[in-house]
Amino acid sequence: MSEKVLMKGNEAIAEAALRAGCRHYFGYPITPQTELTAYMAKRLPKLEGGVFLQAESEISAINMVYGVAGTGKRVMTSSSSPGISLKQEGISYIAGADLPAVIVNVQRGGPGLGGIQPSQSDYFQATKGGGHGDYHLIVLTPSSVQEMADLTHLAFDLADKYRCPAMLLADGTMGQMMEPVALPEETNCKVEKPWAVTGTEMKREHNIINSLYLSPEVLEKTNFERFERYAKIEKNEVRYESYMMDDAEYCIVAFGIAARVAKNAISAMRKEGFKVGLIRPITIWPFPKKAIREAADKVKGFVSVELSMGQMIEDVKLAEECLRPVLLCNRAGGMIPSVDQIISVTKELVEGGRK
Amino acid sequence: MKRMTLFCGHYGSGKTNLAINYALMLARKNLPVALADIDIVNPYFRSKDSKDLLEKEGVKVIALPFANSSVDLPALPSETYSLVEDRSRYAVLDIGGDDRGAYALGRFVPYILEENDYDMFYVVNFYRPLTTTVDEAITVMREIENACGLSFTGIINNSNLGAETTLEKIEATYERAKELSLAVNLPIVYVSAEKSIAKEDMVAISLQKRPFEI
Repeated sequence: MSEKVLMKGNEAIAEAALRAGCRHYFGYPITPQTELTAYMAKRLPKLEGGVFLQAESEISAINMVYGVAGTGKRVMTSSSSPGISLKQEGISYIAGADLPAVIVNVQRGGPGLGGIQPSQSDYFQATKGGGHGDYHLIVLTPSSVQEMADLTHLAFDLADKYRCPAMLLADGTMGQMMEPVALPEETNCKVEKPWAVTGTEMKREHNIINSLYLSPEVLEKTNFERFERYAKIEKNEVRYESYMMDDAEYCIVAFGIAARVAKNAISAMRKEGFKVGLIRPITIWPFPKKAIREAADKVKGFVSVELSMGQMIEDVKLAEECLRPVLLCNRAGGMIPSVDQIISVTKELVEGGRK
Repeated sequence: MKRMTLFCGHYGSGKTNLAINYALMLARKNLPVALADIDIVNPYFRSKDSKDLLEKEGVKVIALPFANSSVDLPALPSETYSLVEDRSRYAVLDIGGDDRGAYALGRFVPYILEENDYDMFYVVNFYRPLTTTVDEAITVMREIENACGLSFTGIINNSNLGAETTLEKIEATYERAKELSLAVNLPIVYVSAEKSIAKEDMVAISLQKRPFEI
């Protein structure tokens, strides 16, 4: 780890990507992630082999990512919610061609053009598909500027390891806030990519990057094989933080900025004698189902804190198998739940539990 | 003290906080002062955030009604011209980050040069990733000067690591600040620090209040 620097979340993602060996970035500016694009525009042309391209649209940017990913090089694009919607077709193609790539979504309020304030309302889009067809993204959710850097690095490694696109799902607050960060060391891809289109030099059969299959039998087989890989990801790559859960009677589930507000609510409630803990999913696909299910055996109920109309709450309910009540504590459209609101909803759960 | 004081520097170097504190300092000396938010780069963290505080202390705030209203509109109000036309008031200008932000200053430069009663301070934080070295700090400085057509008159060393700032961290940048000062032949006019850690020879800064604790 190097000496700490003071960075915006968006800048931390960009610098971490460069340190992970990413030399290709294609994007289109949009608030609140524009610093990421601007940082890449400043830094990439100065690096050997560095390519920065501001595409004419998000659709072209994601297809440029598709192209570079086929050559096995580490590649990234980033946007905010409306721009990520435009990228969905390309993301599905990248998943269908089994290519590693990193996509960053610094979410803002929606739907539609929405607003420029933070949101988590692209949870469904990120975890349940977004684009067409049977596929998943590995979805990582940072909760600090440090994690913006660390999880970006991890996203590249996981994408390469499992040959699938990975998404960093942040929000406007995470993108804009400044915190000290120790940047990761320089590394590069550690896995062989014999499938990459790099020129045969007439020494091997040519590789093909494709997501079109004329035979349904073959297409079905690729789907089943891909889901075997997804099963491995679900088995090996679940990440979450368990906070004050040892003696917890009530469990808050929250990620990203919501988890930070939740921690403040937990400290306040603990002072009043309420035993509240937090499970903070760091991967939302794969979702920490087992941790939630195990918590369900010990706690009296859950509160899902979200900057959306309630999306993750569905995964929480599936994971805890209807064993306990799950309440929603939410704000939407760019608003952030307050500590008081979280305390109030958690107390509702406590009251309900005592009935 | 010059009639106009301009705060320019790298994106996120602390210009807004310094400009607000500087304007408040003038107002507390009972001097007539206006602060202008001339940021066309960043829709967040604007000096307009502190409008209520500033106006209570007698600082006139010139900012686009849309500043920090979620309307991401890179524009300036026509009232901004009063900064250069009304010479009876001190003017503090909070300029947007980097060369991109400094472009907005260009239209006022002929008036500023004509009056020739200004300071333009280069705000530097050596803990920001694109200005960690003296060479990088000089690059950003020259980019800003080229973009706006004005030359800096002094340096403010605002090096900090946010909540992890310590006196040692600030002092660790003195050597670089001195080197920068010698290289560009400009004085270090202030070393600034958040008021809870600032020493006597530093300018103590009150930070803009965060909307909520995270």
